[in-house]
Amino acid sequence: MGGSARRRRRPPLPLLVPGVVAVGLLALPVVGLLVRVSWWTLASDLTSPVALDALRLSLVCSLWATGLSLLLGLPLAWLLARTEFRGKSVVRAITVLPLVLPPVVGGVALLLAFGRDGILGRPLFDWFGIQFTFSTAGVVLAETFVAMPFLIVTVEAALQVMDARFEEVSASLGAGRWATFRLVTAPMIWSSLVAGAALTWARALGEFGATITFAGNIQGRTQTLPLAVYLALEGDERVAVALSLLLLVVSLAVLVALRGRWLGAWRT
Amino acid sequence: MNLVADVDVRLDGFHEDLHLEVGEGEVVAVLGPNGAGKTTLLRALAGVRPLTAGRIVLGGRVLDDPERGVLVPPDSRSCGLVFQEHLLFPHLDALANVAFGPRRQGVSRADAAAVARDWLGRLGVADVAYKRPRQLSGGESQRVALARALAVGPRLLLLDEPMAALDVSQRPVVRRMLRDHVGGSGISCVLVTHDPLDATALADTLVLIDGGRVVQRGTPAQVARRPASRWVAQMMGVNLLTGQVRDQRLDLGAALTLPVPGAPDGEARAVVALRDVVVSPVEPAARPVAPQGTPRATRWSTRVLTVQPIGDRTVLGLEYPVGLQADVPAERAGGHRWVEGMTVRASVDPGDIELFDSSAD
Repeated sequence: MGGSARRRRRPPLPLLVPGVVAVGLLALPVVGLLVRVSWWTLASDLTSPVALDALRLSLVCSLWATGLSLLLGLPLAWLLARTEFRGKSVVRAITVLPLVLPPVVGGVALLLAFGRDGILGRPLFDWFGIQFTFSTAGVVLAETFVAMPFLIVTVEAALQVMDARFEEVSASLGAGRWATFRLVTAPMIWSSLVAGAALTWARALGEFGATITFAGNIQGRTQTLPLAVYLALEGDERVAVALSLLLLVVSLAVLVALRGRWLGAWRT
Repeated sequence: MNLVADVDVRLDGFHEDLHLEVGEGEVVAVLGPNGAGKTTLLRALAGVRPLTAGRIVLGGRVLDDPERGVLVPPDSRSCGLVFQEHLLFPHLDALANVAFGPRRQGVSRADAAAVARDWLGRLGVADVAYKRPRQLSGGESQRVALARALAVGPRLLLLDEPMAALDVSQRPVVRRMLRDHVGGSGISCVLVTHDPLDATALADTLVLIDGGRVVQRGTPAQVARRPASRWVAQMMGVNLLTGQVRDQRLDLGAALTLPVPGAPDGEARAVVALRDVVVSPVEPAARPVAPQGTPRATRWSTRVLTVQPIGDRTVLGLEYPVGLQADVPAERAGGHRWVEGMTVRASVDPGDIELFDSSAD
């Protein structure tokens, strides 16, 4: 009995070696980052005007992007999960495209749509004076573009798994659509809703490619944390490392929070 | 009639077309195999699946009439819904589940809680008021689900396989509870089930459907005594024998005749309860006996084709006559089991054969 247990515990070598290399590949950069952090100047590095501007802008923009994703993505997720319509597969493909699209391409596409000469950007500027390029609104738009799919995909999956007959029972008890969503659907998919929002926020916070392409890199207006890291790397590497550490800590916090509490709270 | 429904629904190649009437306080059981259209019917009545054609009228109010463009949404239909899986809202305790409906009708929080407490009490589950659904037993959650549906004072109660998720020991209890609280309440009730036992125990009227059509309707006794087809007979747990009566014997073909004293000559159908088919094993050495009748008990030998244990009983499907089933104790004398392919001797007492003239219906 002891023999068989021991045999089972030792993994096969041909799998063990690549496995260890893989972990090393993923872990080593993080270690490299940690050993280069200059801990004694960390506080001053993180409170430099450039860092504070970037931090403030990142928080504001990523929260706006998350809010916008909830406002627009939640209804879309519901429509995808609960209704039948023509071209649904096309709509679904469009919603997940930003997940696989290189962010720089997303930025170029946004430029062509919402830029000064874009199909929607030109009339917006000509008639209302609204400009997305080189503006904070552009950062929010770019972050929403790349991050909203995380919310849609997570929430739609939760709605698919949830038995739609709960909503039918709710209706039979006199609850209208909105009351049903508020009192039955939302509480039942709450864990996925929170997880989706957290993923969306984390993705928006880390957004780089689409932002720099579409909104530019102006301190205090469009320079978010990742952009500041990139710029600082050219000049003051210490600041770049300090800001990277900050983003790493935030990412880890999201990861831990999602694993611990929110995933799979209650099931029926 | 409280409910008059002409249900015509077409979806993905399936066409349901049936007429249903339910009186005030009447319990109608819709009985049919999987895929017969039972759930489609319930969904149409609840308003979740709009009709393609036809009309649904509940208490004089038109709920669905595609021709006139009328479609009352589910939340203003006054139809209570109870599903097989009970579907209590998992994030609310039992009391809040029952209070959900009254709250949506604009009742204050305190009054809704009082109404909910009252209903839980009536169904004998007042003590689980503050438990979450996952802490409840099957029987308890069934009662809470029923209380939730009744608490809004529905005009029509729709029950979808209310027993299927319960273990066998719970079923008689819940069946009695349903009869007490649904039958006596004056609420019209449509019960959908594939279990004839539930249907006959609870319903005033049975409607048997298959392939989206009504096959037969009547009181449980009528349907059991005069099943319209072998399939209906099977659903009702009886055998339907069809054949020719000649010289006071029912000829079932292939040399098997059963005595039917006093019956006139001609086409005839007869019903024999599963329990009235007596089966005894034949020793393997004995040669199969050719079917032959005697004036009193008729005995013939045949083979067992199927063995289906149900609790302490077993239902045997016999090779001959085709489709005949017998309900026998699970264990024969001496602890032997029934096995497929074994040769048995079957008999039916002439007094247990209930003849009816098929042309009379």
